Amino acid sequence: MLRDITLGQYYPVDSVLHRLDPRTKLFGTLVYIVTLFIADHVLAYVAAAIFLTAAIRLSRVPVKFMVRGLKAVVFLLLISVSFNLFLTPGRPIFTIGFLKMTWEGVEIAAFMSVRLVFLVMGSTLLTLTTTPNQLTDGLERSLGFLKRVGVPVHEVSMMMSIALRFIPILVEETDKIMKAQMARGADFESGNLIQRAKAMVPLLVPLFISAFRRATDLAMAMEARCYRGGEGRTKMKPLHYERRDRMTYLVYLLYFALCVAIKFI
Amino acid sequence: MGIIKAVNLIFDYIRHDDEENRDEINHALKGVSLDITEGSFVAVLGHNGSGKSTFAKLMNGILLPTEGTIYISNMSTSDEEHLWDVRKTAGMVFQNPDNQIIGNVVEEDVGFGPENMGIPTKEIWERVDESLEAVGMTAYRLQSPNKLSGGQKQRVAIAGVMAMKPRCIVLDEPTAMLDPNGRQEVIRTVRELNRQEGITVLLITHYMEEVIDADRVVVMDGGHVVMDGTPKEVFSHVKELKQYSLDVPQVTELADELRAEGMALPEGILTIGELADSLTGILNGEKAWQSK
Amino acid sequence: MAIEVRHLDHKYGEGTIFEQYALKDVSLTIADGEFIGLIGHTGSGKSTLTQHLNGLLKATAGDILYNGESIYKEGYSMKELRGRVGLVFQYPEHQLFETDVFTDVCFGPKNLGLCEEEIKRRAAEALAMVGLDESFYKQSPFELSGGQKRRAAIAGVLAMKPEVLILDEPTAGLDPRGRDDILGLVATLHEEQGMTVILVSHSMEDVARYVSRLIVMNHGEKVFDGTPREVFRHYKQLEKMGLAAPQITYVVHALRERGIAIDEDIMTVEEARDAILALWRKNA
Repeated sequence: MLRDITLGQYYPVDSVLHRLDPRTKLFGTLVYIVTLFIADHVLAYVAAAIFLTAAIRLSRVPVKFMVRGLKAVVFLLLISVSFNLFLTPGRPIFTIGFLKMTWEGVEIAAFMSVRLVFLVMGSTLLTLTTTPNQLTDGLERSLGFLKRVGVPVHEVSMMMSIALRFIPILVEETDKIMKAQMARGADFESGNLIQRAKAMVPLLVPLFISAFRRATDLAMAMEARCYRGGEGRTKMKPLHYERRDRMTYLVYLLYFALCVAIKFI
Repeated sequence: MGIIKAVNLIFDYIRHDDEENRDEINHALKGVSLDITEGSFVAVLGHNGSGKSTFAKLMNGILLPTEGTIYISNMSTSDEEHLWDVRKTAGMVFQNPDNQIIGNVVEEDVGFGPENMGIPTKEIWERVDESLEAVGMTAYRLQSPNKLSGGQKQRVAIAGVMAMKPRCIVLDEPTAMLDPNGRQEVIRTVRELNRQEGITVLLITHYMEEVIDADRVVVMDGGHVVMDGTPKEVFSHVKELKQYSLDVPQVTELADELRAEGMALPEGILTIGELADSLTGILNGEKAWQSK
Repeated sequence: MAIEVRHLDHKYGEGTIFEQYALKDVSLTIADGEFIGLIGHTGSGKSTLTQHLNGLLKATAGDILYNGESIYKEGYSMKELRGRVGLVFQYPEHQLFETDVFTDVCFGPKNLGLCEEEIKRRAAEALAMVGLDESFYKQSPFELSGGQKRRAAIAGVLAMKPEVLILDEPTAGLDPRGRDDILGLVATLHEEQGMTVILVSHSMEDVARYVSRLIVMNHGEKVFDGTPREVFRHYKQLEKMGLAAPQITYVVHALRERGIAIDEDIMTVEEARDAILALWRKNA
């Protein structure tokens, strides 16, 4: 059951989108999200749909992987749709008790769900085509300007990448400790909420102790390999823009201009 | 003076109570002096609590001696100015394979040390290529470390140290958590690095089979060096080794017991072949003598 | 007949391209009071097998009978089974969580739903068995030495009064002294408490000294099952599986190759010494 947790669901194929600089993809996702939020015309949604479809085709990731990403938000989608359907004032279609469905509600709900689906698919595409490492690297470089105002960007991204490395290890460890306690008769599955929470203590205490031990070991190993923060550090895989990245930025510009133009029609 | 020179090292672990007063002092090292020649393969043996791991951690400035000095190629580890040079010169491999790999991809982990040292990108790649080749892990360079076996993980850790181009590698019980296959894999790799690249190796362990090929064996007990010599010299003192709670290879133990019964076997037998040959000589020789 | 394993299969990722057998058609019978060594390298399926024996993992095919009753039968109490078939995991000290040793050992019997008095009695008994006296009761388990921690963790399983005790690599990470202590303790438990013991290990030398039967696993299958002497005769095949017979076995075979007539079943230093001395004295 714990094995089902997957993070950074990278889909390993070689495509134009995979080869793009992570910063380009991060920026593209940002532009895309902004256009979705300023969109208030059918044409804007059509533009977004074309943009997204093109990106998906270029990524060579099967569409069913995108759809899988949507499963996580189905619940959210249903709630927002029903809220909009029944709670938007306007011309009524029908009423059940105090619930009143309106034409305006239908319109907003439809736009809302398209927006949400597009949003999720766009950001899923980012993680499907970018390895967690590239992502943290890209974030570190893109947010580099925050360093000047005292945000420890390097440290935060190092933390993220270490977390990514240790999540599978800790998941496996949780599984092991859980089994060890079950062999001593522990029961993690039955009982009410309070009983279950209490049953977690024999799991969480050893897990924390282990995590701290690993952290101490790791700090020692990093120091032994001359780690002393971001200062004076070089990169094995430095990020640099290629021609394809510049082209992509041009596409973003055109797309963004189009969306803004639609807004003023 | 050798690449590593320890002069009268003393190290105390001090535990503090709740009011930050000294509560308990544990003397882990009580005056250790040792001089290690560049290019040699030295094994340090001892049971848990003998001080051998503390000694390892003093080697590259992770711990600093309470008294005494340890020089790594003439630089004192206590000298803060030289700390990073010391760490570049004496690389360290630890016991737990999972807790010393930082990268999410094998090759990126190997590049971690050189990145920290500020090596230019092109050279990092050269070093990573060479190091992975040296430990025989090139085929796994794009894999996640989580998918590797324990022995493979330790080889990646060794490559990570090699990429820093150290003159000496200190391995602190690198095989304690591995199965027999993994243990062999790691020891073979270390031995090759010593022979082919001429790197000084300091192997800390409690497995006897791993030290048979060393140039020199140092036995520690209670924070002191108690035995020091070639494997043959050290293993000829079976009783003394047992007294320090160490194992002796079964071959050596058998030879020792037979000698005690009066058989004329040479001292410090370490391999199966050696014992079988000597025994065959004695048993057949006496037969020949008898038939005369 | 305590445990009977019948054609046990365990497949991971069934139906996907990653489908893989962790156990394949494993059958064996373990009688009451046996002392068994279960040997195999990492990934051979030995740990997976042990986790089936107390119901932590469920087989994809096959059956396990405990005292003649299938543990997969509807309504069979897994909790009770886990109390009877005690499993000590590798590095068991990593499961300790209470503030003192005594309370931690009480965890198992408490989960069995026993009364306060019985819980305390069992915990005290278990701690006595592993050689931790009353001075340890109120200590934090995290302040004990490595060997003591492991003993405390073993006591945690013993306090459930299991009929069968399975230990997965109980000597991992210990130095020679710690290893001898733990193996000695296990041997005592077998002799004095009459427990059925299954010792999982990848070290032949450690296990050969104690057990009366060896089961060797490789790639999820049972490959050898017999007395240590019988199994060590296949030392060449064992080597191919990444396992080695005790060094003495090799010495004996090396001597036989050189024309010395020595019994090939010898496997301990003492036996070898006596046999060689006998040959020597006969010649003299």
